[in-house]
Amino acid sequence: MNSRVTQRLVQAAFVASIALLWHFATASGRVAPLLLPPMPAVGHELSALAADADFWPDLRTTLFELVMAFLLAAAAGTAAGYAVSRTRYAVRTFEPLMAGMYAVPAILLFPLYVLFFGLGPGSKIAIGATIAFFPVALSTVTGLSGVNRLYLTAARSMGASSGQTFRLVMLPAALPAILAGLRIGANAAFMAILGAETIASFAGLGHRIVSMAESMDTAKMFANIVLAMSVAAMINIAVSAAEKRGWKHEQA
Amino acid sequence: MTPAAPAIRVQNVSQTYGAAGDPRRVVALGGASLEIARGEMVCLVGPSGCGKSTLLNLIGGLATPESGNIWIDGEPVRGPQPQKVAFVFQESALFPWRTIQENVELGMEFQGVPVSERASRARESLATAGLSAFASHYPRQLSGGMKQRAQLARALALRTGILLMDEPFAALDEQTRMVFGEELSLLLANAGKTIVLVTHSLTEAVFLADRVAVFSARPGRIKQIVSVDEEHPRRQSFMTSPKLAQLRNELYDLLHDEIRSTMNLPVAEPGQ
Repeated sequence: MNSRVTQRLVQAAFVASIALLWHFATASGRVAPLLLPPMPAVGHELSALAADADFWPDLRTTLFELVMAFLLAAAAGTAAGYAVSRTRYAVRTFEPLMAGMYAVPAILLFPLYVLFFGLGPGSKIAIGATIAFFPVALSTVTGLSGVNRLYLTAARSMGASSGQTFRLVMLPAALPAILAGLRIGANAAFMAILGAETIASFAGLGHRIVSMAESMDTAKMFANIVLAMSVAAMINIAVSAAEKRGWKHEQA
Repeated sequence: MTPAAPAIRVQNVSQTYGAAGDPRRVVALGGASLEIARGEMVCLVGPSGCGKSTLLNLIGGLATPESGNIWIDGEPVRGPQPQKVAFVFQESALFPWRTIQENVELGMEFQGVPVSERASRARESLATAGLSAFASHYPRQLSGGMKQRAQLARALALRTGILLMDEPFAALDEQTRMVFGEELSLLLANAGKTIVLVTHSLTEAVFLADRVAVFSARPGRIKQIVSVDEEHPRRQSFMTSPKLAQLRNELYDLLHDEIRSTMNLPVAEPGQ
């Protein structure tokens, strides 16, 4: 309990010292406001965002892309992970293949996806889903193929059918690993989508940030970056909470 | 089913792990035979790797013997028989995502027992195992001894005639094992079940069993069967009695050379 309080204090102090550093750097005039705008200017822009007519459609575009990419990756990743986990042969064959492909920077596919799906949300959904697919599939394989053999033996000895074994033993046993994969996938998809939007797009948070940088409106750009960061933080909090519920027996 | 048939009959059963020609091929059981009467408690003891646990899994239908036959109630074993045989495993085989009550109910769920009956049978067997107060706890909140009692409650709730226990006390400290052994003796004396228990502890074997089957070193065969003529339930006084000590020494003498041979130590000749 006590160490938890001090942890929070240290975290708060860390954030505060970065803010202070920012403040002194800009207030002393040694850093050009074009490169690093003063904090109050960014704060002002941040509060002006809500009133900006363009802002909400852009946020909606990015969130729509994220949700679609995540759903696609979750469905395809768990299905592929399940298929591979069925036999030990498939695990040994395909798991290294998937791990190898996960290590390739999939953002390289983005130009191709633009050709396939255009500059709109289609190419962002495709890149987000591609990048999120691998952690989901890999952790599904790990979760399902790593179920304690004793659980399976015990279930068999008590007369479980193969359907019951999957639904009542393998799935709950693998759930923590699968949820961890979904969390990593959601974060990766968000990063990929924002990145892709900064490369080639018509709309979205990444698109806004680039166009503001291009028009040298740094204060506005920082406000949008802060906003994108808080969206990322909220996604992380939401999926972590879902993950914790899946882990409840481990926390007990 | 033949009423006169023994509860369990094992005839010349052998089991091998690994393919033929593989240098790591191991003959775990080399022709074991054993008959166990209804309501009898038999302990299997022997050096590690002698195939005690293998035999237990074969009796329970979790594996198929390479050669030989096993009958339960006069019928050949062809797979798990959840209506007749329940297991208590070595480590905690409780499912960590289920409460103790839910763990006990799971086997009945597999077998299609109606929900209301599941709950009442689970409560009943948890009470027998002294765990009523812990029904809604998760396994990791329980001590090692309590987890094994919960496993026992899960097996009892299945209401099988036969209970197979694979070193149920292995992970417990000695004091807990002794107290648990006493509880088990009391509990099982009233249950009227046929029980086969694998153990490393000779004291425990003598304390609990009607008969103790002593295995030879690998390839395991049953070297000798020692009868323990003592009423159930057995009390603490039996634990410390000269009779128990004498039987345990007898088992130790039988096992001594087998254990030396599994450790690759020379077997001492008399007079050396």
